[in-house]
Amino acid sequence: MMSFFARFAFTGPSNWKIQRITSILMAVYLFFIVGYLMTNPALTYDQWSELNSLLPMRVFTLLVVAAVAFHAWIGMRCVFTDYITVRLIGPKANGLRNTLQLGLAFMLLCYLLWTIKILWGL
Amino acid sequence: MLNVSIYRYNPEVDAEPYMQDFEFDTQGKDLMVLDVLEKLKIQDPSLVFRRSCREGVCGSDGVNISGKNGLACITPLSECVKGDKLVVRPLPGLPVIRDLVIDMSQFYAQYEKIQPYMINNSPPPAIERLQSPEERKKLDGLYECILCACCSTACPSFWWNPEKFIGPSGLLQAYRFLADSRDTATEERLANLDDPFSVFRCHGIMNCVQVCPKGLNPTKAIGHIRNMLIRGTA
Repeated sequence: MMSFFARFAFTGPSNWKIQRITSILMAVYLFFIVGYLMTNPALTYDQWSELNSLLPMRVFTLLVVAAVAFHAWIGMRCVFTDYITVRLIGPKANGLRNTLQLGLAFMLLCYLLWTIKILWGL
Repeated sequence: MLNVSIYRYNPEVDAEPYMQDFEFDTQGKDLMVLDVLEKLKIQDPSLVFRRSCREGVCGSDGVNISGKNGLACITPLSECVKGDKLVVRPLPGLPVIRDLVIDMSQFYAQYEKIQPYMINNSPPPAIERLQSPEERKKLDGLYECILCACCSTACPSFWWNPEKFIGPSGLLQAYRFLADSRDTATEERLANLDDPFSVFRCHGIMNCVQVCPKGLNPTKAIGHIRNMLIRGTA
């Protein structure tokens, strides 16, 4: 029987595409940040603050954190449904898996809201 | 002397499975594992295993030989004996009925799901549905599967979700019909596989390729199905 959260999952192909697109976004962001830090070895707080106050940079950062959230949701859901199953750990598995998925969803949502709060200083 | 350790379990007698050790004289010959099992069965008639053709065609004697799934009848001792020890267990991941015999119902249930037969509702031509040599060539490496279950029972995704993940053997067969120019149910077949488990639980670790006694490549076939699903095209 499909668990409560499984019904909210994406389909196989969309999961696959989301994982690849979010990976590319995260990789681009990582290269950009590492490149920026390497080309600015004597970085000051003002410079860093200025970079992150630019609207495109804020949108880019928010997009990447959203990408991390989607990537982690799909990946962790895959891990949970592989390892936390009735077959492997008995009847308590469904409840435990749903609790963990709910906890994960809550955590990722908090990260997103926290990122918006940091970037826009709300 | 060869030390042979065999998984034994008779649910009517044994509280739990155990490994039984046998001494076996190969007389210097590089026998097949099935030969050893046959001779040990003469020593101990209670030993149970499946076998039929004894030449790698029927797929009955899939067992786990010194840690690797394979067909006992075509696996020579020289390939699987470590030191002087041979360990034979049932294929992992499926329920054991007795000794080396497993219950393959789950495996066949997944095979049944993929509709392993030609679907073409157009009126048949007078003689036969023709294929070009190129179209026929696409079936090479797919039609040879003998359903021994060595691949699916070597796949952790199949161990964990045998009810939802089709498994490498079933997916190889699924692609065999998706790739067949005479089959017209491509969209229906793909729709049946379009969920997060049936195909996409394959993480490409290629255990299936490593163990397939027929040298087939289920991971490659799964990749083709995945691409068809992602592109949404036949």
